[in-house]
Amino acid sequence: MTQLALVIDLNVCVGCHACVTSCKEWNTSGWAGPMVDQRPYDADPMGTFFNRVQTFEVGEFPNTETVHFPKSCLHCEEPPCVPVCPTGASYKREDNGVVLVDYDKCIGCKYCSWACPYGVRELDGMQKVMKKCTLCIDRITDESKPESERKPACVLACPTSARLFGDVHDPDSEVSVMIREEGGFQLMPEWGTQPSNHYLPRRKTRIQIFEDELERVDNPLDKEHPLPAATGDTLDDVTF
Amino acid sequence: MHPAFSVIFLTTLIGAAQGMFMALVTGQVYSMANLLEPQDNVTFYFAGSMITLVLLGGGLAAAVFHLGKPSYFLTRAWRGVTQWWTSWLSRELIALPAFMLLVALYGVVHYMGWTSPLFVIKGVIPVDISLIIGTLGVLMAIVLYVCTAMIYVSLRFLQEWHSSLTVANFILFGLASGFTLTAAFSAWSGVDLVGFYGTWAVVFTMLAAITRGFSMLRNRRIKHKSTMRSALGIRHTKITQRSMGFMGGSFNTREYFHGKSNATLESVRLFFMACVFALPVALLAASNAMESEYLPILAFLLQYIGLLAERWYFFAEAKHPQNLYYQTVG
Repeated sequence: MTQLALVIDLNVCVGCHACVTSCKEWNTSGWAGPMVDQRPYDADPMGTFFNRVQTFEVGEFPNTETVHFPKSCLHCEEPPCVPVCPTGASYKREDNGVVLVDYDKCIGCKYCSWACPYGVRELDGMQKVMKKCTLCIDRITDESKPESERKPACVLACPTSARLFGDVHDPDSEVSVMIREEGGFQLMPEWGTQPSNHYLPRRKTRIQIFEDELERVDNPLDKEHPLPAATGDTLDDVTF
Repeated sequence: MHPAFSVIFLTTLIGAAQGMFMALVTGQVYSMANLLEPQDNVTFYFAGSMITLVLLGGGLAAAVFHLGKPSYFLTRAWRGVTQWWTSWLSRELIALPAFMLLVALYGVVHYMGWTSPLFVIKGVIPVDISLIIGTLGVLMAIVLYVCTAMIYVSLRFLQEWHSSLTVANFILFGLASGFTLTAAFSAWSGVDLVGFYGTWAVVFTMLAAITRGFSMLRNRRIKHKSTMRSALGIRHTKITQRSMGFMGGSFNTREYFHGKSNATLESVRLFFMACVFALPVALLAASNAMESEYLPILAFLLQYIGLLAERWYFFAEAKHPQNLYYQTVG
């Protein structure tokens, strides 16, 4: 079974929001109709977004770290939003595990958005149906595109390659290897939703260096501490 | 959660309607057992069923406004009955019309006076068609209570709702308001059942006070499973949000928070505790002593307004874990 998903590397994300804007651009002009913005240039703008980048500060000054945190639908393996839908508009695709909403069946009751602990579903302000990240289903299944472009818009837009896309059920895929080898984790594991999207943690690259490794004890150029003069037999004198 | 008035009206109106229907059938069973005076088919049972039906219709109308667009009621809502295998909301959408149908049939049977016994059990219990429909209706009312409550109970990460106390509350609040309404209806139509229904109303109100009291106590002490640490997967005790990613509003900032202060919440709580529990009990007791025909009506109106506040509080007190991601605009 294929389970397409994103792996987001928090160690690499710089919080530039390129994934947010490219997601909005692709999906608002795409197959599923606009993601409506209301009052975009007024005091109280509202809009539908599938993807957001949030920023958190970890620790207390001066020992702080800034974490940019892209957040979109995690395409759970046990999606709590799907079984609660009364109309069957919310579903998980059998062939690739992408969680989708049929906008023609949705009645906008918002029950699925209550049932999502991550808050990644949004009711479109104009169409009044529930919308969410589709993993750019119209891109990734479009066989007229070359293989390299059959990826979600956010993945293609990311300038630092913080977003990886692939099949997390294939143990040899790039995403599976990254999850396995770089400490990939899931959000809110306490609810048993088994999110398919994984995050890679912040990782520090450290080399261990001791004092004496920084300065050679027998540095021939060291003028302050001249080498002790050889006295008595040297190794050469006693060995053959 | 953000309290939606459509759902507040839906759940309180149909809750009272289910309670009233159960009160009517209870009265019929008591009078069959010769414990109460038999009542008139048309002015009591038919009129009572019609009041129930009006409340159910009002609830349904409120529910229509919970849909994204009211027009979806005509074009799409029929699909809502298709996912009953997994969705409690779908089950409610089946149980509500089924219950309305049974209530309407019950009313029609009484109006037409088809109440001659079909058969007699053990020579003492005469069973007529209204008793059969009434019993089915009572069962359906219980099913509907459970469906309505399970919509909330089944959301396991809304821990304030995820408790069997929620089911008990929905049933007992419905029964309390339904029996109070039937007492008010009896008082208004001059039927000598105010004491009977009033007593049951007081009993159910007291029971509701106990279960709601326990659930409020539980919710006060609740320990939320989701934390910033689990939401972000970062092992640190101090994580502060610096930006939620946008400066304007969004669905996430509107739908999951009541937007009121803790002081408002507290005053709503005190208000509903007075209006749902204390005042109706006092008024029903007073009406029993004074034989007033207006006090039970006042008791119902106060209790219903109190229940609106209670349902508002029910939504407001539930804390959705997604709010962890939306704490600071930026």
